[in-house]
Amino acid sequence: MFEIVYKKVLNPTVTLMDIKAPLVAKKAQPGQFIILRVDENGERIPLTVAGYDREKGTIRIIFQTVGATTYQLSLKKEGEFIQDFCGPLGKPTELDGLENVLIVGGGVGCAIALPIAEELKHRGASVTSVIGFRSKDLLILEDEFKACSDELIVMTDDGSYGTQGNVCAPINTMFANGKKFDKVITIGPLIMMKFVVGAVKPTGIPCDVSMNPIMIDGTGMCGGCRLTLIQNGERVTKFACVDGPDFNGYEVDFDEAMARGVMYKDFERHAYEETCNLFKGVN
Amino acid sequence: MAKFNMSLKKNEMPMQDPIERGKNFKEVALGYTKELALDEAMRCLECKNPTCVKGCPVNVDIPGFIRKIKEDDIGGAYAIISKTSSLPAVCGRVCPQETQCEAKCVRAIKGEPVGIGRLERYVADNALTCDMQKEAKNGHKVAVVGSGPSGLTYAGDLIKMGYDVTVFEAFHTEGGVLTYGIPEFRLPKQIVKDEVDKLKALGVKFMTNVVIGRTINIEELFEDGYEAVFVGSGAGLPNFMKIPGESLKGVYSANEFLTRSNLMKAYKTNATTPIMKGGKVIVVGGGNVAMDAARTALRLGAAKVTIVYRRSMTELPARREEVENAIEEGIEFNLLTNPVEILGYNNPDDRRDVKNGFVTGVKCIKMELSDPDENGRRRPVAVPNSEFVIEADTVVMSIGTSPNPLIKQTTKGLEVNRWGGIVVNEDGLTSLEGVYAGGDAVTGASTVISAMGAGKIAAKATDEYIKSKA
Repeated sequence: MFEIVYKKVLNPTVTLMDIKAPLVAKKAQPGQFIILRVDENGERIPLTVAGYDREKGTIRIIFQTVGATTYQLSLKKEGEFIQDFCGPLGKPTELDGLENVLIVGGGVGCAIALPIAEELKHRGASVTSVIGFRSKDLLILEDEFKACSDELIVMTDDGSYGTQGNVCAPINTMFANGKKFDKVITIGPLIMMKFVVGAVKPTGIPCDVSMNPIMIDGTGMCGGCRLTLIQNGERVTKFACVDGPDFNGYEVDFDEAMARGVMYKDFERHAYEETCNLFKGVN
Repeated sequence: MAKFNMSLKKNEMPMQDPIERGKNFKEVALGYTKELALDEAMRCLECKNPTCVKGCPVNVDIPGFIRKIKEDDIGGAYAIISKTSSLPAVCGRVCPQETQCEAKCVRAIKGEPVGIGRLERYVADNALTCDMQKEAKNGHKVAVVGSGPSGLTYAGDLIKMGYDVTVFEAFHTEGGVLTYGIPEFRLPKQIVKDEVDKLKALGVKFMTNVVIGRTINIEELFEDGYEAVFVGSGAGLPNFMKIPGESLKGVYSANEFLTRSNLMKAYKTNATTPIMKGGKVIVVGGGNVAMDAARTALRLGAAKVTIVYRRSMTELPARREEVENAIEEGIEFNLLTNPVEILGYNNPDDRRDVKNGFVTGVKCIKMELSDPDENGRRRPVAVPNSEFVIEADTVVMSIGTSPNPLIKQTTKGLEVNRWGGIVVNEDGLTSLEGVYAGGDAVTGASTVISAMGAGKIAAKATDEYIKSKA
């Protein structure tokens, strides 16, 4: 069992938790993920690490309530426990040698982008961050990004905060003004990452994406997290859990990944509704 | 003592009705009653030089335990089996006895061999207590990576020799392939749990949710005071055929399909883990795992389950017993057939059509076997222009696995072969001092009992190694 030592509701659908998991905290690096189960009948879900404190032995997770499991997790209180917490899994984000990086985060993906931005800053790199949300209500981690970015641009789809528009708009402006970066790292919804990759492509700047497909074991056993890279015209199968979760964005077949991501949409919607009803009945 | 039973036939195993069992996940084989067990035991001639023992990878004293059954001393029989086997209830169910102990039985020369596996299961299921002997603690610490059959055997042998044993398991539940791979109807999970609990009672420590190579690496285990490490991390990444359509929705690896059902209990009505149920299911492959996947799909409510295998029935690598069970339950076999493409639904007029991207069928080609080559093997060769389509909603790829790269990537100096299997000598020792390995991580996909055999050899070698250092 793993204790929730700190909990903070960041916005109506996004929750932050620090989980006591000393073995995981000792090793975790930006870009890696964990797998958890809320209770002994729960499903295994992967969540990318949003931070870690090696001294306190805690791992920070920030998650959006999208289904039954994340809903159930969001109901857990500080001091309560979750059943299983396993990691760190996947390869850390490659940050060696980077001096000038553009970070593009979307929605709850910003939670995963933050430790990368922080680590880059810590290493002395110049960090430009673009973070996007649907609206002001859903904005998270602005102060944290401000603290580790040389320049921060906040975008909202409806213009209720920052600048109106999607994250590609300021990127296009930067490139049009001749801004150069060693690398672009983008984390967010698949559709957003696809468009960011499209926006970066003409510049030829390397662009990494963080994939978060459906997973079961997370250790390279089930193959459920497979995705296709297109390398020199060849379609190559990779497993996000052991080959990723970071990939060269130019190579990822996003359309296929989006299709696979909604494979259990019906099941998940039913499960979510049932879980909501169940807990509403109790409370 | 009564005379031997000279019947040429084994006592039949009582089974659930084939039609009925296709709808439930309860165990198919019900086990011998006392009467059947006694009658079958009397078929054993108690050979002076028992060849069956040589056929067993862990050399169970087979005539010894069968004699105890004749004396109706189940406890005594269990004590004899557990001297060399840590998992009798498991082996009695899933060992391929027909190619091992039973293949060497003298009764098989004329008639059927003694039902050794069935008797072993009878003993394991009916023994009430287990006083496994344990030597005094010797203070030496050993670590085990993975709690599958090889790791459990290694742990069981060394705890009995007095070692301080810790097993690290990546999943939330112990058992490895016994838990995630082999279905409930063939190996009830309660039995796996009981075997693990017996080891816990003997003092073996289990740490779940720890991935060696990520959470802790092997070098750190030695820094933590472990004097030897056994790697039994199992088979790894599932293989795919590299044909078009394998990423469509509804295509699973057998590992994923079985893990969802077995480990995550997706077969239960209130399961939190989804799995595609019902409809038409195609399982590609002919091994035991393919049989398990096909029979699982049937129990999940499939209208029709078809095995597609590129060779003929003679070459089918699965255990005969499991193939017969599958046929009885109504699984169809499309042999000498190979998939060339998986077909999916695509509505060009409506990109939001919910059926888009789901499997609709498998395009296959007919195969024929070539003349035997110099090794006597007959290769399957495609028959030109023989393509045809089998309708399907779900496709399960069961064509083997490649070793997991995790431990190799994170352990300096650990030698692997060109398939990625860990290289070991005859004692199970790897290229690193104090690091042993066995099971599928070494051999690639193989049997439970051969993994147990490897665990046993490595345990003995570890004991000798640690004693030689002291």
